[in-house]
Amino acid sequence: MFGFHYRLERHSIALAVAIILVASVGGAVEIAPLFTIDETVEHAPDMRLYTPLELAGREVYIREGCYACHSQMIRTLRDEVERYGPYSLAAESQYDHPMLWGSKRTGPDLARIGGKYSDEWHFAHLFNPREVVPESVMPAYRWLSRNELSTDDLGRYLAALRKVGVPYSDDMVAHAADDAHGQATPDSARARGVAGRYGEPTNIRAFDGDPGRLTEMDAVIAYLQILGQLTKAAYGSAPDAGE
Amino acid sequence: MAIRERDPHTGHMTIGHEWNGITELNRPVPTPVWWFLGAAALFSVVFWVLMPAWPLGDTYTRGLLGVDQRTTVVQKLAEAEQQQAGWRRRIAAADFAEIEADEALMRVVRGAGSALFGDNCSACHGAAGRGGPGYPSLVDDAWLWGGAPESIAETLRVGVNAPHPDTRVSEMPAFGHDQILDREAILQVAAYVRSLAEPVSAAASHSQAVAAGKEIFAANCAACHGDNGQGNSDAGAPNLSDSFWLYGGDPQTVFRTIFYGRKGHMPAWEHRLAELERKILALYIRDLRSWPEGARR
Repeated sequence: MFGFHYRLERHSIALAVAIILVASVGGAVEIAPLFTIDETVEHAPDMRLYTPLELAGREVYIREGCYACHSQMIRTLRDEVERYGPYSLAAESQYDHPMLWGSKRTGPDLARIGGKYSDEWHFAHLFNPREVVPESVMPAYRWLSRNELSTDDLGRYLAALRKVGVPYSDDMVAHAADDAHGQATPDSARARGVAGRYGEPTNIRAFDGDPGRLTEMDAVIAYLQILGQLTKAAYGSAPDAGE
Repeated sequence: MAIRERDPHTGHMTIGHEWNGITELNRPVPTPVWWFLGAAALFSVVFWVLMPAWPLGDTYTRGLLGVDQRTTVVQKLAEAEQQQAGWRRRIAAADFAEIEADEALMRVVRGAGSALFGDNCSACHGAAGRGGPGYPSLVDDAWLWGGAPESIAETLRVGVNAPHPDTRVSEMPAFGHDQILDREAILQVAAYVRSLAEPVSAAASHSQAVAAGKEIFAANCAACHGDNGQGNSDAGAPNLSDSFWLYGGDPQTVFRTIFYGRKGHMPAWEHRLAELERKILALYIRDLRSWPEGARR
């Protein structure tokens, strides 16, 4: 009964092809159907888009490797739901390219960190975590408040995301850099532009406490403060999960 | 490719390949391995029937057991709530004074409150509730918005300077930055404010400044902080005549507070924590003060 296998083993290319075929069965059965099954991504009509400043903060989050210690995925486990809030829905990260669910949980999960603490707290905590949480093992990210945020490529970034399905309008793409500045400069004409394009609930504040400068700190805090706030879908479907 | 040959010692065929003079006998797969393979295949067939398994275009086979992790976790949460129903009902029904007088209920508050406090409050107020610059200590006697359990529960619900529609609002103006007072006047009023907390030492060293500062205080500060700096918990204006300082009582910090103003922020918890959880936290926070120093985490 091993005759076929004996012959296959003696032809390296055929063996390699056969290995690839067998190994892809798992992917074909488990991953591919997620693109066709209707209920993979829940319906979230109130879903908001990341603003350019939040996207820039997301890039800094990726650059600094935050995902290596912080997940953004509240699992369907009682302890996680009790600690962090309703379990994460696929719809909540439908505009995440790439997704930052993570799996290493050295620090707390950040899927619903938005609005949980103040901007001042995030600033102090990113500048030196020990200042507010003495027992923390998180590194300090002091340079975030020194580095000016680079905004000139944000328009192209939005355009690239639009190619993979994030519904940014031409207007949003054209004003990306302005909007990034506007979101961190409350009461300015540019701030009103952000609110008009991205909706009234958008957080428009001097995230790092200094409206005069747009820093990477502004961007990261803006990003952290929107996590879990883009849609209320998770709160509607699981009324008990808030406990 | 080597020639397959019979091993003279055992009489079995070799697999026909040679590694530096070593060849391998070509023996059949041991029977127990077949058993395990068979059992695993059988198990997977049973599992396909019982559990969600096969993709079918835009849907999938649900399995006879109807297992779904999302309903499972909702059930587990409901079960836990059911188990806790006894004390949950009693804490929800009783008022704060009744619960504080009931030692059995307070034991529950300490247990549940400790977990809630650690997950939600300790990041700013510290694991022991001692706070830090800008984050009020919860274990002293100074309360910006009043120390009654009802006031604490309300602050938890709406937050301070938070996006909540009913939020408590409090802002110390930037007297220097916004050019309401000049530098000299701020130094004088700072000296006066410090003299309220430490009457003897401060008054002795800057008596002139203190006297001038008193007038400036009456004109600019008393509206919120009161004529004698005793504070006003309706406006979240701290008492300046006690020894507690939110941002620091040294001359530089007091100057900075008056020059640049302050606007602390406490998030609103109404949408993050249930009413019962906020009630437990308010009780826990009040209880925290009575713990001996070492017993606080």
